[in-house]
Amino acid sequence: MNNFTYSQATDTASALKLLSAGPDRNAARFLAGGTNLIDLMREGIEQPQSLVDITRVPLAEVLELPNGDLRIGALVRNSHLAANAAVRERYPLLSQAILMGASAQLRNMATTGGNLMQRTRCYYFYDSAAACNKRVPGSGCDALEGFNRIHAILGTSPQCIASHPSDMCVALAALDAHINITGPSGERRVAFTDFHRLPGDTPERDTDLEPGELITSIDLPASSSGLHSTYRKVRDRASYAFALVSVAAALKVADGVIRDVRVALGGVAHKPWRASVAEDLLRGKPPRPDIFATAAAAELAPAIPREFNAFKVELAKRTITLVLSELAAGEGAAR
Amino acid sequence: MNVSHGELQSISLHVNGVARLLAIEPRVSLLDALRDHLNLPGTKKGCDQGACGACTVLVDGERINSCLALAIQYQGREIVTIEGLAQSGVLHPMQRAFIEHDGFQCGYCTPGQICSAIAMLDEFRNGAPSAVTNKSTVNSNNVVSTELTDAELRERMSGNLCRCGAYVGIRDAIRQVYGAMKP
Repeated sequence: MNNFTYSQATDTASALKLLSAGPDRNAARFLAGGTNLIDLMREGIEQPQSLVDITRVPLAEVLELPNGDLRIGALVRNSHLAANAAVRERYPLLSQAILMGASAQLRNMATTGGNLMQRTRCYYFYDSAAACNKRVPGSGCDALEGFNRIHAILGTSPQCIASHPSDMCVALAALDAHINITGPSGERRVAFTDFHRLPGDTPERDTDLEPGELITSIDLPASSSGLHSTYRKVRDRASYAFALVSVAAALKVADGVIRDVRVALGGVAHKPWRASVAEDLLRGKPPRPDIFATAAAAELAPAIPREFNAFKVELAKRTITLVLSELAAGEGAAR
Repeated sequence: MNVSHGELQSISLHVNGVARLLAIEPRVSLLDALRDHLNLPGTKKGCDQGACGACTVLVDGERINSCLALAIQYQGREIVTIEGLAQSGVLHPMQRAFIEHDGFQCGYCTPGQICSAIAMLDEFRNGAPSAVTNKSTVNSNNVVSTELTDAELRERMSGNLCRCGAYVGIRDAIRQVYGAMKP
């Protein structure tokens, strides 16, 4: 691992100041749980010149806001968030998704903000001997013709087919969460689904976070509270593996028709994929498996399968259909 | 604190009830600090990338992967390693149970398994949910009221790999300790 300058921030103001204090702000990183950044540094993929440790910044609380929203501090650790009573009661989808990711040890270290900032698990991104436009812009993409079993099928570009590895973020996309960000030019608020980017011609940029900015919290809207929801993760082994396909879904049926439906997919795109095509087709329709299947097929229609990930197209369609059918049947209830 | 590039920093770590002083670069992991600077080689380095759990230690009673932790971040925290579990020469009940149930073959994953199992049982008793905990097993106070089923035990211990495949003995050892501490 390369050497670096290390400093500890005590509040958000000092964190921003310390990050911009070094000679090159672009070579400075905030350090929280470290579960992804330290690993990437050991592999030489990330080589920051300075680290600003933010683990002592007081952003580790889950707060009830006056408007009924729930605010999750960026430094709330994954295990604490999954076990939080308000989250389990009102947003069980989020608790479920977190518990299906990583291991107990990692969830004890990893933070909410850090989970949003984790980078792809693409083998070629991690292999400094491979071509990767995300790691070295313009160098090519060895995943296109390589072993691309874990790679994206939706929203890809000829430059990058990396997939986003988070489970938590898939639930947050379905819950219409918002992200609060502070930075050199003040505070701003971003819709969760606008935060992560598609690769396009700049796959080196995972998110819309600008240099020097810090995620301070995530807001879960009261309107997403108490949804009839579930998180289904399909993976190569029953525990401690990244998703091949995952589905976060919520369904509200009244008078025999779908009033509200949320579907977000993991493992299929460069970002947590909100399935808005399927949702638009489902609103106002009766909650029947054949109608779910038609909507799922429409969502997956633009998919570009590759040699080793073509199975994901059918897997995603079937998982969406299954999860929504279970929700409609009153199974897969919030748990 | 501000440590410049390549500079050694004097820090104090509280390990197994004792304050230990060491001078390290900021890039030294908690795992390497324990093994190479504090002469506590019981904690093992397996994958060094957070995938195997061999480096599991307890920090303020919670299990973490010490390979993904920078030592400098853990000042002021209560760190317990496998060397700190026995009291006055008497093995911790989890250590005894691993011996009684053949919870290991080569032994390399064992310190991590034992530390992880101790914290896991605390989590379970405190009502922390797992991916296989469903609503029917949680009472109105949000406390897990079920038995520690094999499904629960396997899910909760999935962060510790054993390539010898001593999982059955590991499970039996953990189950014995869990049974012994129930009210």
